[in-house]
Amino acid sequence: MNKNSFKNSLLISQLRTMWLVIKHTFTKADTVQYPEQKPYLAPRYRGRIVLTRDHGGEERCVACNLCAVACPVDCIALQQVVDDDGRKRADFFRINFSRCILCGFCEEACPTYAIQLTPDVELAEYDRQNLVYEKEHLLINGPGKYPDYSFYQQSGIAIAGKGKGEAEQERPPIDVKGLMP
Amino acid sequence: MPEMLWKLLEITIIIALLIPMAAMLVWVERRLIGIWQDRHGPNRVGPFGVLQSFADLLKILGKEDWVPPFSDRLVFTLAPIIGAICVLMSFAVVPFSPDIGVSNLNIGLLFFLAMASLAVYSVVLAGWASNSKYALLGGMRAAAQTVSYEVFMGLSVMGVVLLTGTFNLREIVLAQTDGWLIQSQFVGFFIFLIAGIAESHRLPFDLPEAETELTAGFHTEYSGLKFALFFLGEYLGVTLISAMSVVLFFGGWLMPEPLASWLPPLLWFVIKIMCFVMFFILLRTSLPRPRFDQLLKFGWMVMLPLALLNLLVTALLRLTGVL
Repeated sequence: MNKNSFKNSLLISQLRTMWLVIKHTFTKADTVQYPEQKPYLAPRYRGRIVLTRDHGGEERCVACNLCAVACPVDCIALQQVVDDDGRKRADFFRINFSRCILCGFCEEACPTYAIQLTPDVELAEYDRQNLVYEKEHLLINGPGKYPDYSFYQQSGIAIAGKGKGEAEQERPPIDVKGLMP
Repeated sequence: MPEMLWKLLEITIIIALLIPMAAMLVWVERRLIGIWQDRHGPNRVGPFGVLQSFADLLKILGKEDWVPPFSDRLVFTLAPIIGAICVLMSFAVVPFSPDIGVSNLNIGLLFFLAMASLAVYSVVLAGWASNSKYALLGGMRAAAQTVSYEVFMGLSVMGVVLLTGTFNLREIVLAQTDGWLIQSQFVGFFIFLIAGIAESHRLPFDLPEAETELTAGFHTEYSGLKFALFFLGEYLGVTLISAMSVVLFFGGWLMPEPLASWLPPLLWFVIKIMCFVMFFILLRTSLPRPRFDQLLKFGWMVMLPLALLNLLVTALLRLTGVL
């Protein structure tokens, strides 16, 4: 019988354990009693997915499909249309939240900061079909994160009212044929 | 004849109080474990969650009374009933207060030991009739464990019998008027308590159930009302072991004088029992489960010699007139 098992046979470690547990009678419970108390969700918590608009109130999404490609559970479906003014936008945009695992890959993939995850996890529905969110359910009126970003102001794509070379941090296009020595 | 009717009424009242108490213990246990684990435990149904057991009961009554097709139907049904009945029978000899108590049996202590031994049939038969490996292993463990721990459970209380000179539980309580037996029989109490935990299959000696290794041990295949009966038996068993510890070593309903007049004897008895039950729950939260060979080794090689030694020393002191 080594020293340790001798100690154990005297129940000393057991008594110590019981004392440690009894001390917890007077410690505060860590539980957040959910429906009455809400847990703190960080601003960048990965919850319900939204589609944001830029500060001009236009949809940011250009329906490039990168989010749908990145989605590991294939819960995003969308279709691109090009408007008469040259803007690209989603004809329909559908997220099936009964499949979504809130991994945030779509947000990482999005080149225009359009798709964003919000700190809202209360998605429960009685009817499964209600978990399929259409574009009008996903679109919000604000810019979400990155409030100053506007894709068409940054990119070189020409739309109505903004020609080539007129974006921020963009120089006018150069006529390459005029560069001849 | 009216005397017999009164007796029947008394039995009915005792059973009608014991069974809800066992149900309430489930809630008490979950609440206490919650508090000790820095949680709240069930606190939604009714004030502080006291109606949780009632809600659980409604749920369990609504379940299908399913008997697995591969089981031995008759024995499978019989096993939980045996368990609950054996424990309830033991309460017949427990003296609750000076005038409450079903039977004033002159071999009350032996009756209790006999019923505790019979209760193992419930577990063994359940394990056998379930016809599944987990249940069988649980049943086998229960048999070995109960047989080993029975031996020194009986020996540990013999010190009490030596000192009081009777097997009658009521007289054992009355013999403690001048001082509880815990003073002279501390070792006996300690052994009895450990054997009692093993006997009622409570953690840390719940090897017949052992969720982490045997799914649920002997009641793996049980559900619905039969499962509830097993649970009833288990919680009644906890109450019974607590009651017996109080009767044998802590003076039953007796209290030292300034305290005794504050509350009725029955209430003192219940308070003492509740202290023990809470201690059992504390054991459950804090102690890990030993390996099965460790359990048996501990029983035969530590507790049995200790019980014999205790009996021997008690007998010697009794002969020499010290006690």
